[in-house]
Formats: sequence, C-alpha cells, structure tokens
Amino acid sequence: MYMAIFILFAIMSIAGAIMVITLKSPVSSAIALIFVLCCIAGLFALMGALFMAALQVIVYAGAIMVLFLFIIMLLNLKDEILGEDEKKVTRVFGSILGIAFLLEIGFFVRRALTVGSESLMYPVPEQFASIEVISTGLFTKFLFAFEITSVLLLVAIIGAIMLSKGEGKTEY
Amino acid sequence: MIEAYFPIFVLFIFALITPVVMLLIPKIVAKREPTPIKDAAYECGIPAEGDARERFPIKFYLIAILFLLFDLEAVFLYPWAYIYKKLGLFGLIEMGVFITILLVGYIYVIKKGALKWQ
Amino acid sequence: MIEIPFINLAVIYPEIAIFTASVIVLLVDLFMKGEKQGTLSTITMLGFAAAAIIASRQWFHFETGFSDALIADNFALVFKLLFCAAGVLTLFLSVHYLNREKIFRGEYFFLILSSTVGMMILASANELITAFLGLEVMSVPLYLLAGYDKKKLLSNEAALKYFLMGAFASGILIYGIAFVYGNLGTTNFDEIYRALQGKTLYGEPLLLLGLGLILIGFSFKTAFVPFHSWVPDVYVGTPTPATAFFSIAPKAAGFAILFRLLFKAFAPMMPDITGILWVLAVLTMFAGNLIAIAQRNIKRMLAYSSIAHAGYILIALTTGTADGAKAAILYLLAYTAMNVGAFGIVILLGREGEKDLSIAGYSGLSRRHPIAAAAMALFMFSLAGIPPTAGFIGKFYIFRGAVSAGFIWLAILGVVNSLISVYYYLRVIVIMYMKPEAESDRVITYPLSLMVAIILAAWGTVQIGIFPNSWLNLVRDSVSGFF
Repeated sequence: MYMAIFILFAIMSIAGAIMVITLKSPVSSAIALIFVLCCIAGLFALMGALFMAALQVIVYAGAIMVLFLFIIMLLNLKDEILGEDEKKVTRVFGSILGIAFLLEIGFFVRRALTVGSESLMYPVPEQFASIEVISTGLFTKFLFAFEITSVLLLVAIIGAIMLSKGEGKTEY
Repeated sequence: MIEAYFPIFVLFIFALITPVVMLLIPKIVAKREPTPIKDAAYECGIPAEGDARERFPIKFYLIAILFLLFDLEAVFLYPWAYIYKKLGLFGLIEMGVFITILLVGYIYVIKKGALKWQ
Repeated sequence: MIEIPFINLAVIYPEIAIFTASVIVLLVDLFMKGEKQGTLSTITMLGFAAAAIIASRQWFHFETGFSDALIADNFALVFKLLFCAAGVLTLFLSVHYLNREKIFRGEYFFLILSSTVGMMILASANELITAFLGLEVMSVPLYLLAGYDKKKLLSNEAALKYFLMGAFASGILIYGIAFVYGNLGTTNFDEIYRALQGKTLYGEPLLLLGLGLILIGFSFKTAFVPFHSWVPDVYVGTPTPATAFFSIAPKAAGFAILFRLLFKAFAPMMPDITGILWVLAVLTMFAGNLIAIAQRNIKRMLAYSSIAHAGYILIALTTGTADGAKAAILYLLAYTAMNVGAFGIVILLGREGEKDLSIAGYSGLSRRHPIAAAAMALFMFSLAGIPPTAGFIGKFYIFRGAVSAGFIWLAILGVVNSLISVYYYLRVIVIMYMKPEAESDRVITYPLSLMVAIILAAWGTVQIGIFPNSWLNLVRDSVSGFF
C-alpha cells in the first residue's frame, strides 16, 4: 500500500514537472508547478514528515506560487517579445545538459547503492522530521541559523521595497 | 500514525479528480457551435477593446512578496509554539530577538508607505 | 524540559556591532529629515570601527559558540578585519560617487553593512547550514547593490544576471549540502572531519557528488572559471564603488569558507580533490588574463583581472598547506589595497553617468593630472606583481608555497600568467605616460573622501611591499590554531 501511494505520488510529480517545462502558457506552467508541489508534500507526508508536508503546501503552493503568478502577470511576456531565434539552440543545449546532469546523479546514486556504505539503506527513523524534532533542533542546535534567517528576511523586505517602490512618479 | 492521515489522501485524490471530471464532461456532452459573437467577452454591451492580458502594476508584486516574507516569519512560529512550554523563558527571548529584527522591516514597510494603495 | 544550548554571544560580537549599525542607519534614514548623508556615513563608519576593535581584541581567544556552529579563531578574525577595512574603504569611495551620480539613498549603507554581516558569518561558520545562510545574507544585499542605480539599464542587467546566477548557485550549493548531510548525518565541520576518517572520496559516491556541488556553489561566488560568466557584466553595470567592494570582500569571504571547508572539514579528502582545484586554478588564471588583454573598458578589464587574481589565490588553496593559507591571506590583504586604489582612480577620472571609462581615454593623463596618473601607475604595477609593491610580495609567497608543497608546474603556470598580465596592466601606464594627450573636457576635482581612500590604498600597497615583516607576522598568527 505504502509503495503504491509512493509510486502514485512519484509519477504524478514527475509528470507535473514535465508539464511545467513543456506547457506553452506560463500561467499553466505555474498551475502545474502547484500540482508538483502538492505531490511532493504527499511524498513528505509518506515519510512521516507531516510538518514539512504542511509547510510545503502553506509556503510553496500557497505564498510562493501567488508571487510567481503575480510576476508572470507583471512581466506579461509574449512570444513576440521573447523572440524565436535563440530559443531552439538554448532548448537543445539545455536539454542535453539537463539529461547529462540527471544521468550523472543517477549514476552516483546507483554506485552508492552498490559500492558505498550501507548508509543509504537505513529505514526512515521513527521520529523523522516530526514537528518535535524540527522544533527542538531549530531552537537549540541550529539557534543561530534561526536567528540569522530574520536578518535575511529583513534584507529581503528592504530590497523588495527598494527595487519596486519608485521615487515620486511610478514608472510602469 | 500516518494511517490516521489516510482521509486526507483520499481528499487529495478527490480534489484532483473532481475538476478534471468537471472539465471533461462539458467537452464530451456539450454542443459547440461557436460564432464570433458568442466568443466575445461580453455578448452584450460595449465591444471589447485590446488584450485582456494587460500588464499588472508592480504594486501587486510588492504586496505579494511582502505577504510571502511575513508568511515565512509566521511559519517559524508553528514549531516555536509547539515546544514553547519546554523552552520557557529562553524560547521567549529567542523569538523576541527574531520578531524584533523583523519589526525593523515592518517599520520600514509602513514608513515607506509600501502598503498604501495609491 | 529542553536543555538550553551553549550560546556564547562573544563569538558574534563583531556581527552584532555591524548589524546594530545597519539597523540604526535604516531607522535614521527613515526618521531623519533634511541632509543625512554625513550622519549615515558616520554611523556606518562607527559600526565598522566598533567591529574591527572588537575583532582585534578577540585575537587568540578562540571563542566558539551556538553549539559549535560558529568559531572565532584568528583565521576568522583576520577576515573580519579585512571586511571592515574593505567596508571602510568602500565608504570613502562611495560618498563622492553617490553625489556625482545623484543616486544617494540611505539604503546603500544598510546594504553594505548587512552584506558585511553575512561575510563575517561566512568567515566564522563552522557548520554548513550556517555557512549557507551567511552566504545568502551576504549575497542578497550584493544583488541589490548591483541594481542600485535603478534608472540605468546596465545596472538593471547587472542585478538580474547576478541574481539569477547567484540563485542557481545557491540552489546547487544547498543540493550539495543535502547530499553530504545524507551521507554523513551531520553538517558540523568537526563532526564531518571525524566521520570522514577511514573513508575515501571515490568510495563514497554521494559524498563526492555532494562535495562537488558544494564546490561549484562556492565557485560561482568567488568566480572561478568556468563559473565566471556573470562577472564582467555585473562589474560594469554596478556602481563603481560597489564594484570595488564586489571584487574584494565577497571574494575573500568565499575563500575563507573554502579554506575552512577544505582544510578542516574535508581535510581527509584533500588529496583526492587537489586535481580538481589544480585544473580550476589554471583555467581561472589563463581565462582571466587572456580575456583581460582584449578589453577596452577599464571596469571590464579590472573584472577579468579580478578573475585572474582569484586564480592565483586558488593556487594557494590547492597546496593544502599552512603556508598556502598564509600566502592566500597575505594576497587578499594586498589585493584589497591595490584594487581599492585602482577603482578609486577610476572613480576619480570618471564623470557623471559613468562616462570616461575607456582605457584609451586615459592617454596623456600624466601631463594634466600627474598625481592621479602616478597613483594609477603604482596600483597597476602592484596588480601586475612588480616589486617593490604589495602585489609582488603576495605573488612571491603564493608561488613559494606552491613550490615547497611540490606543485612546481602550478607555480610555473602562475608565473607565466603573471607575465601575461604585465602586458595589459602596463598598457594602461604606457597610455597614460607615452601617448599624446586625448581631446577631453575632463575636469578632475579631488574630493577629500576619495583622496583618503586612495591614499590609504597607496599606503597599504607600498607598506606591504616594502615592509612585509609585520604583515607576515599577522598572517602567521592568523592561521595558528587552524592547523
């Protein structure tokens, strides 16, 4: 049963990811990406990382995708602006590189399964990524990382306003 | 433990199937005889002008990204609330520092009028 | 009840000082009316000074804190001092420039300060997640600085390119961290070192993949070839003082974390990766120097020259010895002085709207502006590595370290590259001194702040070049406890 659900989510997320990069309209791509993110949330949940699954939906599928859609609408790029000439070259070159990277990682993972230590074969620990473990780690061992995140968010807030808020007249 | 979440999985599947089916049924069942007038945005009233996909003002983006950033801040509150009692005063100070730093950003947002719609 | 972790705030006192200054700058900018540039730059300066004083007082304290996520050994402190120096010099470069280009805004100082916070964290980081966050805190303000001149198309292009490349590099980096964590079960450098005992890199494919991705991630930031493609456009589009800052501080921070990562955490794997570093070093030097020859814009030339200089420091990294680390720190100090000087002259000779940046436009400069020409000549000599300047001392110790560690070919290729670089650096001098004067309505004013920066840079260049002993002692102390 577990395996079946896993395979279902895995296939759906890969199919969704392929749709993201092949669909014509950027808005459809964004919707497909939401679907991928929901499937990944499902994968997290299967491993018992329920908090991560919830975050995936709240932050990625919720907030970040809203931002994506706004940016798509802000740019509102049309085919005639993008131009056709270099599209094909980048596409071919990009897919070659992408496939090479995929094969490389596949090769490494395969080798790790055969020659490497058995560390890959651990079953998922009982408390894996439960909210208990995450919060304890975040507020004790990784306390500094937590605090510095606020600095990062602060810089991001100021940067967003600095770049998008025109002085006086709005220019768009 | 995860078995308890099976209903959510079922809900997920239903949420997936419902719109797909709803979109498919009219495709199969409905009759389509399009005319230019039927395809117009409004079948009566003022004729449509220009493209529907106008560029959005950057203000929308600004609101979206500010929402995202403060949403991320709020996300950190969930695990904190979960172990707040165990952390005690120490946890309060930790979160106090975090929120104070972001408060500076909030003051900046307010003072620059980034949330004003004009 | 959860055990409260060992914190020890002392380890981040310099960061706290800088961050406090940045917040004050932001608030003062928001609430103060009227002319505020003087106040803001004073606060920024005080922040840097406070951080530098704190850092120098922690010398030989070897503080650690936050569950060993951070460490303030001499190695970290010397970099923190370097960032403070770079920040102060950038400040001196900026004041006049921002007025001339009419782009002064309070956020500029905030961005310089908060970026420095990130660099300091990066220099202190003893753990991968902390290092990653430090890198982000450093980079995000840099993206914004690149796009600071919003009205200019080149600046927009610079920001977008830098941001996209940087975001991908961060993605690659975190992917690598995930693989390392998945393989070793820890992100702490000391624990990684312990976990690696008795393992070989090629016996652990996922570790190899993880380390490779991490190296690529940091290589983007330090702009090693072939991860350098963003450098020229970003350097040209960015406001010039910020370009000077880009070429020194983030690069030094990238090297700081690379040294700690490779010499401490992944030390057992070092013999396996010297080959990769060797190739990177040679590629970086040759590409930087050869492309620099063809440049006509001075900022573009300095961009490629900065790539080449990263290549020289990469030689020191490749050796994997204490001598290498010492030479790299010395080189970074020398590079800070001479590069700030060179950019200072570029700002001095430029005009509103970033005009007058072509190298050909400098012809005959020595006759009308002998002081500026002489200073530029000094910095060019130093960048080319001609004695008795800082650049020569830096290169000398790097090549000596490489030879004594047995990397004779690498040292030879380094020397060959130095010779290539002499061509394009000296060309600037030849144009300034031996070409007839160009038709130009160039009027140079000598603003005080800019002169202070150039004089400090010139002093550093000459001081390290002629009296290197005290500096050698400094770098010797700075690696103590590191090996």
